[in-house]
This record gives sequence, structure tokens and C-alpha cells, in this order.
Amino acid sequence: MMKKLVIGLFALLPTFTMAAGPSVPLMEAGHDLTDKASLQRGAKLFMNYCLGCHQMQYQRYERTFRDIGIPTEIGQEQLIFDGSKVGSHILNAIEKDDAAKWFGAAPPDLTLVARVRGADWIYTYLKSFYKDDSRPFGVNNIIFPSVGMPHVLQELQGLPTPITEEVEEHGHTVTKVVGVQTDGSGELSTDEYDQAARDLTNFLAYVGEPSRLESESLGIKVLGFLVILFILAFFLKKEYWRDVH
Amino acid sequence: MFGNLINWIDERIPMTRVWNMHIAQYPAPKNFNFWYLFGSLAILVLVNQILTGIWLTMNFVPSAEGAFASVEYIMRDVEYGWLLRYLHSTGASAFFIVVYLHMFRGMIYGSYQKPRELLWLFGMFIFLALMAEAFMGYLLPWGQMSFWGAQVIISLFGAIPVIGDDLTLWIRGDYVISGATLNRFFALHVIALPLVLVILVFLHIVALHEVGSNNPDGVEIKRKKGTVAEEDKPKFKFHEYYTSKKDIVDAIPFHPYYTVKDILGVAGFLILFCWVVFFAPEMGGFFLEAPNFEAANPLKTPEHIFPVWYFTPFYAILRAIPNKLLGVVAMGASIVVLALLPWIDRGKVKSIRYRCGLHKLNIAQFVVTFVILGWIGATPQTDFKTLLSQITTVTYFMFFVLLFFYSKNEKTKPLPTRLTK
Repeated sequence: MMKKLVIGLFALLPTFTMAAGPSVPLMEAGHDLTDKASLQRGAKLFMNYCLGCHQMQYQRYERTFRDIGIPTEIGQEQLIFDGSKVGSHILNAIEKDDAAKWFGAAPPDLTLVARVRGADWIYTYLKSFYKDDSRPFGVNNIIFPSVGMPHVLQELQGLPTPITEEVEEHGHTVTKVVGVQTDGSGELSTDEYDQAARDLTNFLAYVGEPSRLESESLGIKVLGFLVILFILAFFLKKEYWRDVH
Repeated sequence: MFGNLINWIDERIPMTRVWNMHIAQYPAPKNFNFWYLFGSLAILVLVNQILTGIWLTMNFVPSAEGAFASVEYIMRDVEYGWLLRYLHSTGASAFFIVVYLHMFRGMIYGSYQKPRELLWLFGMFIFLALMAEAFMGYLLPWGQMSFWGAQVIISLFGAIPVIGDDLTLWIRGDYVISGATLNRFFALHVIALPLVLVILVFLHIVALHEVGSNNPDGVEIKRKKGTVAEEDKPKFKFHEYYTSKKDIVDAIPFHPYYTVKDILGVAGFLILFCWVVFFAPEMGGFFLEAPNFEAANPLKTPEHIFPVWYFTPFYAILRAIPNKLLGVVAMGASIVVLALLPWIDRGKVKSIRYRCGLHKLNIAQFVVTFVILGWIGATPQTDFKTLLSQITTVTYFMFFVLLFFYSKNEKTKPLPTRLTK
């Protein structure tokens, strides 16, 4: 009886989580913070395609280079475009008020975007732009409808066309964009673009929490120590408590 | 040499006497189980919060302009700043976990019953101070959820008739949550409330040591003087403060027996705690909510506003009632009613082990109710959940109403004369 109840409750679980999730299922980013090559490619993509509008105002170049394995001089040469000192935060020169006028909203800071939205969301977002002539920049996004951002990676991906589907919603038939298909005009193949999106996601995930890897390697040592302490404490307690029993 | 030093100190402050009276020769029941670990763990977490808090304060900037950035400065530029911050943020949730388990222990073994009413009340004041401390601390990182959570909770005071609006203004120090609110919450969070907490914890322990611990059997270990045969008395030496007034059975000195047991408990707790700190500090969005990684923006309301998990059961009671004032009253009552437990429960038998079947069912339903309320308070509302929260609000209070009635003439099992294993 109890068992059935528990199984029943677990069976209900997916319906609860579905209700809270986004309307479009997210793709799995499959990023790997230990993959330094991927992080470096991601950093390069960020500096070239994103930094023009989006800052990382809490993160410094030097720390970034050190963590993802780029020698300081090379980073300074190849990845700092505005002559900033290597110890400075990753900033751009865009005026917030101007940006708000141009895009409808000032481009958000991206230091913590991976912690606010999650890596899967970013990955899905980067792969969900599609051609929509009704929008000011000619593109729209499946998981961020009416986004005020152009498809900055268009030269890499090409301009994807939407795949639509007729769905019933509240008794009406509406046309919904359920996926995209690239038009092949980009520099990268579909697989290469997926990898680029994954690299950029990986880099954003790293910047969101630069201490993640250090935390895990220290954590293993701490837990190892605590397990030994627990075992010793167990025998210490047993030894003392012999007088009581 | 060392003995001389001890003597020198003892002639000036009662060091050895206090050590013996409250630790080395303090009689504790010998049958404490798992549930009795959470008091010492709560002290451990309190110490963790105070220590990490001091170091966080060194780099935190308590202003609306600087708070959010200073937290990220701590996370990135301060040596081991991320560790201090995660220890503190995880400690906040851990504090509530151990305190909820500690309170639950009190409920199942009737530890609030006579003569421990004041002990229970001090505990309830600690719980209140802890809620205030946690609430104010949550505003400090100045993230979206900090800001909007505080906005929602403070606006609740506005539901109080006549003085409501002035009261919210007085609490915030401004017409909206602002830097003024942040600064005063910072002052209260780092000085006033920790001081109150430490004093209350001290009083809680003073009250505990005066009446002595309850135990899983709910049978007192202190008996009327002269009623215990010599061979039934424990072989241990207890402080004469206790033995001169009462005869003691089935007790062991707190030190070394419970100190070594608590060390084991601490090690076990730290394994779980550190796993969260190092590997999952966000704990799936329960300990650190995702929207709080975005700086507070008074012009942008988050899609859903939830308090942190430890407030959600009470928040769900608030939301269950359509009238705002009545909702606030019900939420307040849900906490006050806990403080009144020593007088609501009119039973003579303390421990769940020897109480009636209805009591066991009642406690079980209370646990289920509390968990359901917590879940509802932490997730977006639906019609089904609103109905469910109304049902569980009723069952929450029903626990106390039923207890009041059946405890008067309860059919209990016979109590053992001595403690069982």
C-alpha cells in the first residue's frame, strides 16, 4: 500500500516539473569546464562577437587567462582589443543609454548569465535564432521571443529558417516555430556551429562561477578528510561507550 | 605548573566548577538517539555563521550601489572568498534544517512539556530571531530575489489596520526598498540579531541544564531524593548541584560520552554540509535562487517571487487565504501556536513511544502537511495547489486542535520505570 503510494507520487513528479519549466524544451549544452581548448575557443568567440555590446563587469582578463590556460602575453595580444590593462575587468565602451535606444533594452552584463539562466538555456538560445522579417534585425528567437538582439553569429551559422507546426492552443490553431534549419550560408557546418555554441556556453559557465573547478578539487580532499575523521570518531565513540553498555 | 595555573584561574573565575557542573559531571540520560544530535549541530552552524560572517563583512559593501558587486568581488578576487560565501549561504539553510529537526525532536518526545516550558519558549524566540536574521541577511547580496522577496514580505506589515502603512515605511526607512533599507538590515544582521541570538542560546542552555534533558522515553532521570536504591544509582560521579537535590538514574556524564558522540555527529553532518558547499552550493536553486544572480532592479519584477525554502511553509499559509490581513494573521498564528505547545498538549506522557495511536497519526499528518506547504510555497500557484494549500492550512492548525482535545484523557501505554535502550 505504502509502496504503491510512493511510486504513485514519483510518477506524478514529471508533471510537476513540466509545469514549472519553460514552454520549449531546452537542449543539453553538454559543456565541460575541464576542456581548456573549448574554454579558449569560447573566450575567443566572446571577445570577438559579444563584448562589443555585452560586458563582464565582475570578471578580470588576467584571472580569465590564467584559469583557462592562456599565457598573459598572448591573451593581451590576441584577446584584449581596447588596450585595457590585463588586470582590468572585461568592459566595453558602449553607453548604456545609447544601447537602450538602439536595441530597446541595454544589453545585459553576461558575467552571471549562466547562473541566472543556466548553461542549457544559453546553448539553446544560441541555436534558436531564425529569420523573421517582422523584427528590426530580421531575426527572432524561439526561446526568447521578440528579443532585441541581432543574430551576431550569423556569419558562422548562416541565417536559419524556421520550422513551423500548427498547434491547438486555447481552441485556436496557431503557427508555432518548433525548430530551425540553417540555410547553409554560414562559414561553419551544423556540427561545427553546435561546437562553437557549446564552447561559448562553456566559457560563460566558467565566468559565472570561476571557482567551480577549484571548489571541486578542494572538496574531494575535504570530504576525504571528513570520512577519515568520521571513521576515527566512530571507533572513539565505540571505545568510550563500552563503559556505558 | 599547569595545576598552579588552573588554581590561579579558579581563585578568580569559577572555571573548573563550571566545567564540572555543565560538562564533565553533568548528568545526561544515557539513551539519547540520533534526534539528540541537532542541538549541538545548531551551535556548530551558529559558530560557522558568525566566523564566516565576520570575514565576509571585511569585504562586503553595504550600499545599494556596491553590495551586489562586492559579493562578486568576494567570489572572484578575495582569496577563498567563494568558500567563505558558500559556507555562509549553505550555513543559513543548514541552520534551518537542524533547527527544524531539533524542534521536531521536541515535538515527538514531548520535550516542551512541564517542566521544560521556558526552555521551549527560549527555543521559539531563537527560532523567531533566526527567521529575522535570515530574512535580513537575504537582502544583503542585493540580487533580484533579495529585493523583491523583501518587498513582498515587508509589504505584509501594510495589511495591519491603521498603522500598517506607517509601519512599513518605518521598517524600510523609505517608500520602497532602497539603500536605506539595506544599510539598516546590514546593521541588524551583523550586530543586533547575532547578539540577541547568542544571548538566547545561552539562556536556552541555562534553562536546559536547570531542568535537565528530556529523552526518547520521556521518563525523568531525576527522582525524588531517597527513592532510588543504592545499586540502581549510576557508577559515575555527578556534580553535587544535581545529586544534593535529587537521586539520579540511568545517567552518564555529558563529557566524555556525549562529547565523543557529538564529534561523530559533527563529522557526519560536515560530510553532508561540505558536499553541498563544494559541489552544489545552489542546491538546485533552493539554497541560492537563480534570479538572485541578477542585481536588484526596482523596475523589473521577476516572473515568480518565492522566499527561500525555509520560509515557504509559512508563506504558503499566507497565500492560502484570499484576504491579505487574515493571511498575515494566519501566518503569524502558525508560529505562535507552536510556542503554545506546552499548554496545548495536556497529556501526562511525553514521548510518542507511549502515547496513543491518534497522536502518532497526528504527528505524521503534521509532517506531511509541513512538507506539502513548503513545496507549495516554493512553486508557482495553480488552482489545484491553492486548494491543496487551503486544505493543508486547515490540517496544520488541526494538529494543535486535535492535540488539545485528545491529550486530556489520552489512552497511553504504561511507562517504563527505567530508561529503555
